[in-house]
Amino acid sequence: MQIMDVQKRKELQITAEKVRRCILEGVFHAKSGHPGGSLSSAEIFTYLYFQEMRIDPQNPRSPDRDRFVLSKGHCAPGWYGALAQRGYFDVSELQKLRHIGAMLQGHPDMKGTPGVDMSTGSLGQGISAAVGMAMAGKMDKASYRVYTLLGDGEIEEGQVWEAAMFAGHHALDNLCVLVDFNGLQIDGPVAEVAGPEPIDKKFEAFGFETITIDGNDFDEIEKAMEAAKACKGKPFAIIAKTIKGKGVSFMENQAGWHGKAPNKEEYEAAVKEVEGRLEAFGAL
Amino acid sequence: MAEKVKKATRESFGETLVELGKDNPDIIVLDADLAEATKTNIFKKEFPERFIDCGIAESNMIGIAAGLAACGKIPFAASFAMFAAGRAFEQVRNSVGYPHLNVKVAGSHAGISVGEDGATHQCCEDIALMRAIPGMVVLNPADHYEMVDAVKAAAAYKGPVYLRLGRLAVESCTEDVAEPFELGKGRTLREGDDIAIVATGLMVGEALKAHEALKASGIHARVIDIHTIKPIDRELLIKAAKETGRIVTVEEHSVIGGLGEAVCACLCEECPVPVTRIGVNDVFGHSGPAVDLLKEFGLSAENIEATVKKVLGK
Repeated sequence: MQIMDVQKRKELQITAEKVRRCILEGVFHAKSGHPGGSLSSAEIFTYLYFQEMRIDPQNPRSPDRDRFVLSKGHCAPGWYGALAQRGYFDVSELQKLRHIGAMLQGHPDMKGTPGVDMSTGSLGQGISAAVGMAMAGKMDKASYRVYTLLGDGEIEEGQVWEAAMFAGHHALDNLCVLVDFNGLQIDGPVAEVAGPEPIDKKFEAFGFETITIDGNDFDEIEKAMEAAKACKGKPFAIIAKTIKGKGVSFMENQAGWHGKAPNKEEYEAAVKEVEGRLEAFGAL
Repeated sequence: MAEKVKKATRESFGETLVELGKDNPDIIVLDADLAEATKTNIFKKEFPERFIDCGIAESNMIGIAAGLAACGKIPFAASFAMFAAGRAFEQVRNSVGYPHLNVKVAGSHAGISVGEDGATHQCCEDIALMRAIPGMVVLNPADHYEMVDAVKAAAAYKGPVYLRLGRLAVESCTEDVAEPFELGKGRTLREGDDIAIVATGLMVGEALKAHEALKASGIHARVIDIHTIKPIDRELLIKAAKETGRIVTVEEHSVIGGLGEAVCACLCEECPVPVTRIGVNDVFGHSGPAVDLLKEFGLSAENIEATVKKVLGK
């Protein structure tokens, strides 16, 4: 396996920690929101916006840009963190997340937020819009690619499989579906609530090529993204095994942190952990 | 004056899509395995590369349309009203309405005139559902001519539109209307100051027949055609209320949430006058020939005439 350049990996790791700090900051100041699934996806958001996607934060509506749809819209704090770090808007917006009059809504709003390509939040719907965008790209013979991130709980929605069937049928190889397989949903482990596994086999049955990776590891994310781009004639699904609440010890693998804001003590303890890693990278 | 034609509005819809498609390469038509019935097959035949059959998956179809619109296309997504507005309601609300995307949702086989298929397919709630979504334009054309204009207006308008199509072939009734079709504007088809009959869709033709019958009894009923249920023409309704003092609404839709309630909501704030609503009275339909069902449910010129006479005590 080709290993990523050490310096590049370190930069991505630093950015992912900064995204984590944004998540904590946003959710803490909002006194609500979804830290668990935002933290588990921090590496995915970071890789997409700092390595993978062909985008220009100065020109967020450019017609030939790559598109991203956050189908698991409740993990907006993680996406907002990556967009802010990438320069779509000021990092200070995170402190106003979910406040009256704020640009950053509880769930992504394409009308008001630069870089947000689709409004999402109602689970199962984002993937259909992403598939529609990929279809538009095919009709126009455009070169852009479309990425969409789903939750492992989200794939319990029937619409996800309607969209998957469509994408497979139309051989949308400009589409890359990512599933954040952190194993937990609000009511408990996904395996106990509704049992969406095996996720890879389901997508394969719908005409996808798949890869299962450690979704908190940049080397593995890079390998998967390269495989996705190399895949022709089929849509691609990356099943990213992650740790819910990743990077904050007391939030890790706890379903209770799906949709709960930390109090002041918890917030400070969490930020201390994240900043400890940034300091170790010499990036604080 | 254009000639009278007898045609289902779904047919006029399909033909007009082809006309639009010739000039505008961004027009994309989607269906959910009902192209033969919604008449999008006319477009499919002409422009197969711009027709997308989503299969029996209406929720996904609306999402696909949203994605296409986000990339600059003008998608028309068609199915039966029951499934386009009913089953996919939340997709229309959250993936189309909230982001205000340029998607046109076409609901065919609306109302009880679906006929023999019965209650599961007789959607009498679509207008109520679509009206409730902020920023949604809701169109219910009366006949062939109005449908041609409505499809063109929907395509020209930037934003979400719901377009209601009928299954039943009906005789045209707006071929001699001089006033041009304008989104958000009702049209006064017959003058009269004794009462105003405010009708939409299939019921406009019946209201015109009722007007003639009432005239023979010395009653001069104004007939107002509301092709755009949202945004509704408040000015025209208030004027009618002031000048006639009494309104009868008629629609092939539930009396809950449709034209009647939209008219009441407008008038109760600005010019309260008694309003009598003719529509489907909070019941499900059932199987039967469309024409017989319309009579049974009081969606006929005869019932409009009788209701007007009763209201006026004549």
